[in-house]
Amino acid sequence: MKVTKEDLENVAVLSRLSVPEGKAETYIQQMDSILTYMDNLSQVNTENVKPTTYALPMQNVFREDVVKPSLPREEALANAPLQEDGYFKVPKVLED
Amino acid sequence: MRLYEKPAHVLHDMLVNKEITSVELTQDVLKRIDEVEGKVEAYLTITREEALQQAEAVDKKIAAGEEISFLEGIPGAIKDNICTKGVKTTCASKILEHFVPPYDATVMTKIKEENPVLLGKVNMDEFAMGGSTENSAYHVTHNPWDLDCVPGGSSGGSAAAVAAGTAIWALGSDTGGSIRQPASFCGVVGMKPTYGRVSRYGLVAYASSLDQIGPLTRDVTDCANILNIIAGHDDMDSTSSTAAVPDYTKALVEDVKGLKIGLPKEYFVKGMDPEVEQAVRAAIEKYKELGAEVVEISLPHTEYAISTYYLIAPAEAATNLERYDGVSYGERVDGEDLVQMMTNTRDEKFGEEVKRRIMIGNYALSAGYYDAYYLKALKVRTLVQQDYMEAFKQVDVIMAPTAPTPAFKIGEMIADPLQMYLQDVCTVPLNLAGLPGISIPCGKSSKGLPIGLQIIGQPLAEETLIRTAYTYEQSQDYHKEMADLGGNN
Repeated sequence: MKVTKEDLENVAVLSRLSVPEGKAETYIQQMDSILTYMDNLSQVNTENVKPTTYALPMQNVFREDVVKPSLPREEALANAPLQEDGYFKVPKVLED
Repeated sequence: MRLYEKPAHVLHDMLVNKEITSVELTQDVLKRIDEVEGKVEAYLTITREEALQQAEAVDKKIAAGEEISFLEGIPGAIKDNICTKGVKTTCASKILEHFVPPYDATVMTKIKEENPVLLGKVNMDEFAMGGSTENSAYHVTHNPWDLDCVPGGSSGGSAAAVAAGTAIWALGSDTGGSIRQPASFCGVVGMKPTYGRVSRYGLVAYASSLDQIGPLTRDVTDCANILNIIAGHDDMDSTSSTAAVPDYTKALVEDVKGLKIGLPKEYFVKGMDPEVEQAVRAAIEKYKELGAEVVEISLPHTEYAISTYYLIAPAEAATNLERYDGVSYGERVDGEDLVQMMTNTRDEKFGEEVKRRIMIGNYALSAGYYDAYYLKALKVRTLVQQDYMEAFKQVDVIMAPTAPTPAFKIGEMIADPLQMYLQDVCTVPLNLAGLPGISIPCGKSSKGLPIGLQIIGQPLAEETLIRTAYTYEQSQDYHKEMADLGGNN
């Protein structure tokens, strides 16, 4: 197995997900078969090959730095699960 | 009157000639929805009243002798990952169950300038992750040609609606085949434009370097007309192309004389359904008869495209979907602290496939694996792209099946994610290279399921694709057939 239980737990934390009770084996098995398949990439010689992040050759797209109309605050907040006084509200982060 | 069977350009002419009104047309399509939507289940949200109001407004304009634009008064449907101001946009996910965008995607702004009739939002795989629409958090959509089969995905609702006559046209999005494959499964025309040809602003991001919006239509003429509306640079999407937008309808010309068609041997893969191969090869024979030249080519890195795609797309998805944290929009499930609230929200509101891709993406991006997986995939992506550029030195277009099989049965693949991924072998390489592709109907299996021919072009060569697709379309009637869903309308 390429993917260990520790790997799975680590990646779940990074993903802000948890592994449900009794699902670890299935998750590991599915990730493992996918990642094992992807090992075929190791057959490809990529020495001196540059990575492609975007298919089109473009970089540093600039625009004028001018203020344009934007969403009014109440519209921007309208989909928030919880709001107060014009702010998003989240559970307490800092201790008293 | 079965107006719902006709393509938009025919209906447009009928509106202009006052043979029909937009209200009649809209009512006809709504009646069709009443009759068959219970079987097909293409929609997530139907905006019936707004649709009729839009139709009435168009009829007033026509009565007043005003000119109308191409889509004016013609009912269409929008994939539910394209933001529609004031109309719920869920991405078929529970995490966006009540999300009402406060703005329109740029494509919607452009489409609305045409005054079309908008019927609502259509189903998809959650966050566009999947090839069957079975990953929708709401319901499965059925293929109109065989209700036991999937419509393909992720734009399965868009394709099924156009095929069922519950929409005349639709917009979808394509990250690894999500327009072309459902178009193929449902027997409609679907185009993925060149990366950057259409603005992605307001398209809920899945894999930003691969996503592209495009039309699903009854025929190539409608495809060209809708591309005219949605293509073009947008200041709100810095990856959108600044290249001038031609009039794509000028490419609706029957002429493939001297056209050089490349057939990549790697696309006629082991395990391909023989009926698919037969239909595609018959279409290519037709092109020869019509004056095209066919040469065999090789795209040697094709066999690595699936691995490359299923590392890059999940890596981008893992990053893009970080925003669903229960804070600024979307659902929240409470927890004792901030991290627990975020984790509970994502645990409960994301579906299995979305979680799987987020985890694979984060695995590929994490320390220790980045070079071996993510960076390696980016390098192989370069080689996949170079294969095409090399091929396009010899040929004008490349042809292949859109999918290795016709539509498969609901439930047949869903338990084995890898098997499902391998279905994308003919479609994902284009997205990696940013190339445009179109799927057009080219036959039926012995079970009566549609088969699609995929035509692949150079960057920004949509005109060549349209001309090539249109020429074939004029030679046969596959695009005129409609699934019999037993409606009385």
